[in-house]
Amino acid sequence: VGKTKVDDDVLDSLEEVLITSDVGVDTTIRIIERIEERVARDRYVNTSELNVILREEIAALLAENEDNQVGDFELPKDKKPYVIMVVGVNGVGKTTTIGKLAHKFKAAGKKVVLGAADTFRAAAIEQLEIWAERVDVPLVKQKMGSDPASVAYDTLSSAISKDADVVIVDTAGRLHNKVNLMNELTKVKNVMQKLVPDAPHEILLILDGSTGQNAFEQAKQFTKATEVSSMAITKLDGTAKGGVVIGVSDQLKVPVKYIGIGEGIEDLQVFNREEFVDSLFGE
Amino acid sequence: MFENLSERLERSFKILKGQGSITEINVAETLKDIRRALLDADVNFKTAKNFTEQVKEKALGQDVLTAVKPQQMMVKIVHDELAELMGGSSTDIELNGNPAVILISGLQGSGKTTFTGKLANFIKSKRGKSPLLVAGDVYRPAAINQLQVLGEQIGVPVYTEEGNTNPVKLAQDGIKEAKSKGHDLVIIDTAGRLAIDEEMMNEISAIKKAVKPHETLFVVDAMTGQDAVNTAKEFNQRLDYDGVVLTKLDGDTRGGAAISIRSVVDKPIKFVGMGEKMDALDVFHPSRMADRILGM
Ligand SMILES: Nc1nc2c(ncn2[C@@H]2O[C@H](COP(=O)(O)OP(=O)(O)OP(=O)(O)O)[C@@H](O)[C@H]2O)c(=O)[nH]1
Ligand SMILES: Nc1nc2c(ncn2[C@@H]2O[C@H](COP(=O)(O)OP(=O)(O)OP(=O)(O)O)[C@@H](O)[C@H]2O)c(=O)[nH]1
Ligand SMILES: [K+]
Ligand SMILES: [Mg+2]
Ligand SMILES: [Mg+2]
Repeated sequence: VGKTKVDDDVLDSLEEVLITSDVGVDTTIRIIERIEERVARDRYVNTSELNVILREEIAALLAENEDNQVGDFELPKDKKPYVIMVVGVNGVGKTTTIGKLAHKFKAAGKKVVLGAADTFRAAAIEQLEIWAERVDVPLVKQKMGSDPASVAYDTLSSAISKDADVVIVDTAGRLHNKVNLMNELTKVKNVMQKLVPDAPHEILLILDGSTGQNAFEQAKQFTKATEVSSMAITKLDGTAKGGVVIGVSDQLKVPVKYIGIGEGIEDLQVFNREEFVDSLFGE
Repeated sequence: MFENLSERLERSFKILKGQGSITEINVAETLKDIRRALLDADVNFKTAKNFTEQVKEKALGQDVLTAVKPQQMMVKIVHDELAELMGGSSTDIELNGNPAVILISGLQGSGKTTFTGKLANFIKSKRGKSPLLVAGDVYRPAAINQLQVLGEQIGVPVYTEEGNTNPVKLAQDGIKEAKSKGHDLVIIDTAGRLAIDEEMMNEISAIKKAVKPHETLFVVDAMTGQDAVNTAKEFNQRLDYDGVVLTKLDGDTRGGAAISIRSVVDKPIKFVGMGEKMDALDVFHPSRMADRILGM
């Protein structure tokens, strides 16, 4: 995007940038069409005008975060404890993101409780336990192989007795095409409602920033099983751009809330649409 | 999720019907469909472009009238080219050495530790070897513990050193241990790392230099998108690995990363991960993978 008129070369290079950022063909075509429409009146917009239009059009596809009225790491007053359930396919960064989130909430003065409802993967409980120690927040757990719904129930009941502000429940990674595992997730979600009728208040889907077009199917299937309400994209500290999230957010109308930019406790940021769009164009 | 290539070509070949043979002009729409199918499957942008060019060269001048169904002929050309690209000469694993040493590498969360367990299980049962696993990820919370749990599941010991934060030394010590205990195979698990993390890439180069593995494997998530080429290329430049492992193929991703990787590094894909359990490992089949990428 370095030319003074929107000719085919400009659009070709725009296509290349978008596709190689994992935006996907469909969404890329939509973006290009929207830009063509906007410049149709004036074929000769200059580079900086084009850049502005481009950023606006892409940002418009990213769903607005509706609980923007409460500040970052603040919680709605009428939801206590505020229950967050974290879901996603294998290895995307769920447990690590929970550790980082717990740290942010704690730093914001909130009382946090974590729940180790990944009872399946080898040493998943120990991994979250180390994070809980790092952040210095309580963890509720059972033995490996125990019922994840039962862990979730215990976690909420402990959080209520401790008068906690926020509960974050980890779940085992699972591929979205495994029906039994997806049903299990629905069960984990439902059991929480025995203690907190409107829980979970937030279902946070974690997407790996290096994932390609399969993220669409992940988001669809997890939404079907659990009504995903927000997303986080991890591993954006690498060379992958995470562009698939633009189309995913647009299709499902689910906002991206956080990004992961490393393995350390501080490596979580609140999602910023403009910065994200800029990062696609290498700025 | 996406329609398969035959369905797409059904449309574009309506144009071709009754035109005799394939020409530059009448094949353009078809090539667009092929490129689109590849991009939807996460094949890298440049790879898809080059590949489509190659297919065009193959297709030009072919007789459409004698072909029973031109789209089937075209699908076959595409399929066979893909399979050819993903096929490789030697796909067996190098186990000569006493002990034979295998080094595992890859990005965070790609499935290295799980694969380490699966591979030990596979070689132990299929080749009668006696493996020792080395827990070389000294960073990730509970990484050592995770490998120990897997080792227990498959009845294979795991070498660890309390308090050792130097993976190079740990790997060397692990090999010594294997020699003294009579293990003829050592598999070294390592921490996940990004290709642009200089310090961590230097570390794994140093491990490789120190232990001179008989086999170095690069483990990659089959759901990876366009970035697969960068990572595969960078790890190859640093490690000159011997083969690739594609994990999480039990999902529904098309897995175009397999093509992207093969187009930038001339290294065979050796194994595929088909689940979380210790027996969910298969050897790689190029033709099946081509079917999958095209949605057949
Ligand atoms: N570079 C980088 N690595 C990350 C980030 N987030 C997580 N990781 C790493 O990715 C790997 C997987 O993270 P986990 O938190 O275990 O992922 P998970 O989704 O809980 O995995 P499962 O429970 O096995 O499904 C670990 O090595 C993490 O340190 C990130 O933002 N950047
Ligand atoms: N469904 C499925 N899950 C897999 C497969 N291989 C690994 N996993 C899962 O993917 C997640 C990450 O696997 P790990 O083996 O911990 O990955 P890793 O590369 O060692 O991760 P780090 O050490 O954090 O870099 C775990 O939940 C595994 O159970 C596979 O072939 N299929
Ligand atoms: K991944
Ligand atoms: Mg986890
Ligand atoms: Mg590991």
